[in-house]
Amino acid sequence: MPENFARFRRSHEFWLLSVILILVVGLSVMTEGFLTLQNLFDLLTSYAFLGILASGLLVVLISGGIDISFTATASIAQYITMLLANKYGLNWFIVFAIASVVGIALGAINAVLIDRLNISSIIVSIATLNIFYGLLVFITGGKYIYSLPPWFSHGIYWFEYVDADEISYGINLQILALAVMFTLTWLILNRTNIGRQIYALGGNREAAQRLGFNVFRLNILVYCYMGLTAGVASLIQAQLAQSVAPTVLVGKELDVLAAVVLGGASLAGGVGTVFGTILGLTLLAVMQNGLILLGVSSYYSQFFVGLVILLSVSATALSARRKRKGVMTE
Amino acid sequence: MSNAPHPPRGPDAALMSLIGSLTGDVTNRRLAILLVALVAVFGLIIGEGFFTKATVQSMAFQLPELGILSLAMMITLISGGLNLSIISTANLCALAMAYIMTKMLPGTEGFAFVGWQIVAIAVGLLIASIIGLVNGFIIAYLGVSPILTTLGTMTMVKGIGIGMTRGNVISGLPDSIVFLGNGTVVGIPTAMLVFAVVAIPMAIALGRTPFGAATYMIGSNEKATQFSGIDTKRVILRIYVISSLLAAVAGLVMMARFNSANASYAESYLLVTILAAVLGGVDPMGGFGKIAGVILSLVILQVISSAFNLLNFSQFLTLAIWGAILVGVTAVPNIRKRLGLID
Amino acid sequence: MPTFLELTHISKRFGGVQALADVDLTLESGEVHCLVGENGSGKSTLIKIISGVQPPEAGGKIIIESREYSHLNPVESTRAGIQVIYQDLSLFPNLTVAENIGVGQHLGGFHSVDWNAIRATAKRAMERIGVNLDLDVKVEDLSIANRQLVAICRAMAADAKLVIMDEPTASLTRHEVDALLALVRELKKKGICIVFVSHRLDEVLEVAERVTVLRDGKKVGTYDAKEMNDHKLAVLMTGKEFHYDLAGIDLSARKTVLSTRHLSRKGDYKDISFDLREGEILGITGLLGSGRTELALSLFGMNPPDGGEIHLNGKRLALTSNREAIDNGIAYVSEDRLTLGLVLEQSIASNTIVTILDKLKGFMGLIPQAARQSTVDRWVKDLSIKVSNTNNPVKTLSGGNQQRVVLAKWMATAPRVLILDSPTVGVDISAKDGIYEIVRGLAAKGVAVILISDEIPEVLYHSHRILIMRNGRITGEFEAHKSSEDVLRVAVNA
Repeated sequence: MPENFARFRRSHEFWLLSVILILVVGLSVMTEGFLTLQNLFDLLTSYAFLGILASGLLVVLISGGIDISFTATASIAQYITMLLANKYGLNWFIVFAIASVVGIALGAINAVLIDRLNISSIIVSIATLNIFYGLLVFITGGKYIYSLPPWFSHGIYWFEYVDADEISYGINLQILALAVMFTLTWLILNRTNIGRQIYALGGNREAAQRLGFNVFRLNILVYCYMGLTAGVASLIQAQLAQSVAPTVLVGKELDVLAAVVLGGASLAGGVGTVFGTILGLTLLAVMQNGLILLGVSSYYSQFFVGLVILLSVSATALSARRKRKGVMTE
Repeated sequence: MSNAPHPPRGPDAALMSLIGSLTGDVTNRRLAILLVALVAVFGLIIGEGFFTKATVQSMAFQLPELGILSLAMMITLISGGLNLSIISTANLCALAMAYIMTKMLPGTEGFAFVGWQIVAIAVGLLIASIIGLVNGFIIAYLGVSPILTTLGTMTMVKGIGIGMTRGNVISGLPDSIVFLGNGTVVGIPTAMLVFAVVAIPMAIALGRTPFGAATYMIGSNEKATQFSGIDTKRVILRIYVISSLLAAVAGLVMMARFNSANASYAESYLLVTILAAVLGGVDPMGGFGKIAGVILSLVILQVISSAFNLLNFSQFLTLAIWGAILVGVTAVPNIRKRLGLID
Repeated sequence: MPTFLELTHISKRFGGVQALADVDLTLESGEVHCLVGENGSGKSTLIKIISGVQPPEAGGKIIIESREYSHLNPVESTRAGIQVIYQDLSLFPNLTVAENIGVGQHLGGFHSVDWNAIRATAKRAMERIGVNLDLDVKVEDLSIANRQLVAICRAMAADAKLVIMDEPTASLTRHEVDALLALVRELKKKGICIVFVSHRLDEVLEVAERVTVLRDGKKVGTYDAKEMNDHKLAVLMTGKEFHYDLAGIDLSARKTVLSTRHLSRKGDYKDISFDLREGEILGITGLLGSGRTELALSLFGMNPPDGGEIHLNGKRLALTSNREAIDNGIAYVSEDRLTLGLVLEQSIASNTIVTILDKLKGFMGLIPQAARQSTVDRWVKDLSIKVSNTNNPVKTLSGGNQQRVVLAKWMATAPRVLILDSPTVGVDISAKDGIYEIVRGLAAKGVAVILISDEIPEVLYHSHRILIMRNGRITGEFEAHKSSEDVLRVAVNA
């Protein structure tokens, strides 16, 4: 289908893919450690947390809103779940169920405040970020949880493969969860009516209301899904870090937002794809990893994240301007 | 929230006429009442310990830096935007100023001593101008949303700060600076004087100059303002430059008070500045807000903060309460609109 | 033809305003019915009642195919086959044509997306009206005319029996209007009733059976479209007879204030040359897409031309911003008062002085409160703006008074040339005369006025001279006094 390929070539994803390929080639040439199975495997594992959150934030942005409270939600979900898991010796399924429920409940709070009280989503999420985080640290005293249920510490390891250096690789919990959540998000956005309604809501809110969409229900679904992804992400992060720290996750919101925005989602709503978000995340990961391998101090990584965000949104804005005709016509 | 004098209806009306007006502005009147009420309530709960000189002094010392930061946030809110990079700008400028001072001052005296301090402050302001220009250019001329732009610059600026210092603190500032942050002049903290020196011209600029008038109009409808012959892009650019400059001044005051600079100081202030602005009558959607209101709300927040301190509230609990108040304050006009109490 | 919908004794009050008073209306299947009226006549309220968004007052009845209702809700209305296509089309720009057409039928609930069903529905809807659009194109990439087709297809997909179109021709070129009217004829044959809500009529009268005129909430009457013309309808809508407001004065002795020579801008207008004298009111009219607003914006410094020259008082102008134009004495009243002409949330006072902020500066660059207030008061008085407190938001004023504020802010710049773009849109009939009076007064003082309008009576009776524009060129020039509505109408539509 040459027509479809032509469309793809013009798209944001194509541009992203090109940049990533250039970076990958460049880094493979310039550094030794980049294009190794071990490095890529570690990269995938360590970015799974951000990736799962990005899949949730993507849905929020498509609906026309924004949320930066999810790291606090994740922290709370993590804490409650592990506390209960340690106390009562629960199994996998229940553990994920609890984290999900906590995430969904906190997401619902966001949805109600945004929809029923008609407050802008950025203000609400700044507020709930502080409410959730403040209460969490206040109540827990900032204490870490170091002991986790043994089965949790062990995690999972499917399709194990041992290479020549006797280093083993396999689909671990992080990678599995990442794949599941991206697939789930893709299914919801592209295969369900609700997903199309979310796109519609972000595209023309007024028309959605006129056509009788239940906007409140959509908002609940969107922010609760964000909460769900926060719950799931929090668990795989706890498993990876082998500890639960209430203060460690907050501050990472911008990395997630960067990945989603790089991937082509817009704050205005109605645009964004799972593929784009995956690419945005990949770009972020490759970039940060590349900087480390090139010997650039990791202290500067935030600077580069910020720079890339600025460059990306500026480029998007410039190309949108060029597409638009004169501003002044009737 | 509009500052136009609509006659308040309901029980407010009786209360309003009982108390008399502060500035003839409904928002400020309500804030004044709230302030009095809070002082009374906290006084009752905490007892005499609340009304000591120490309490007032500690409020008076913390207010200036928060106040200047709130001004930095406020003008961007009025213009219909938002500046999330003010804290990291303040920190970076403080780091630069501290670096120069700690490097160049030891061993100097007289003219060189004063000169290097001035150079340091100038450099800080220059850095702020650059950040402001970047913000302003991208927002005004490229049309990128202020949230995304200032998130980007916030991250970048913090990244530079951390990269330069590896997260460490720069300390050991000269006595003159320390005096700026901790000294008093005829009983008034010097920092408070700095705040006044900055706030009064800002108030005049917003209320009485073409620039101020344009800012409010742009905040409500940029395109219509542009069609009325105002170079809106230039105005917005200036707003973000001024915002960053204010952040630099706040950074100076913080550095003076803490006698140190660090890339991650005062991050919890971001929420408070938004809260102070919104509580003070600034419409988060743009177009409205007066400095007097913001100052009043800052005093209110300081009172609450001091009271919480005296009550031994954890700072995290305080954070949570700030968040709740922000929701409350932004929700109230919407709820009143729903109930038909205002149009 | 059988009656599809009947309304009897429909009234509606909003607070202190009687939006509709005892209106009766019948709509027949397969007819094209025009609903016309000025702003504030009650058209949109009537539409809202038919579509179920608002209920009528007690006593009103809605009868759809013999079923009686005292009021409808949106769901019932849709189920009964009533579809409204609003002026903004209410489409989702980021979704494809297929999705937009099928959204009503197939995108509800939690099910998985049935792409096949959506495409089938979309194809069927397009076939029904003989249209063929690419199903996979995003709506935002379509022209306005094609978007309108998508909106109509969506109505068809919902099995519409009554399609109400709100100002459907407002954004279409002549060619596109013809295509739309051909489509409407097809729909008629299928027994669908179509209601055009409009205040621009020459086009739609061709296909209409009947026309209902509303004025001030009351029905003036329902008429046979064949016996109607623009002029008669205008009189019925406004209740006023038109006459030439301007005496035939000889302007040839006056100085030329503004002149353009071969002004061109690619895609907007070409080879525009005209002279404008002191005190002259030059009307410019033509169909949409003729380039009038683009030309006006170029004169105002906001849409720089590619070629040609503009001379003001003999001096050549090369404007780079509207501020430059304003400083040279050119002012522009935008046709879009609510989003471009005024900042609705801000006060009347702020809106009045926004164009002259720099001129009010005094000591140290500050604007003295006294100067501000006296300037505002002076203009409020001069233009008789009815206002209780100039600190109230300008949105609290009526349309007519709002337009006076707009005029005030431009008159405050002491313009030599005032360009008015559709200045009485959204202004009550009773208030329009007041606007014209102000404009006449300005011309009498020597200000040169350009009056751009869609409405032929407006330019005919309130200008000295009229230019016709089509597709970016000037295609005709008339002396108002020596011309007539019919002549102009022919010239515009030729």
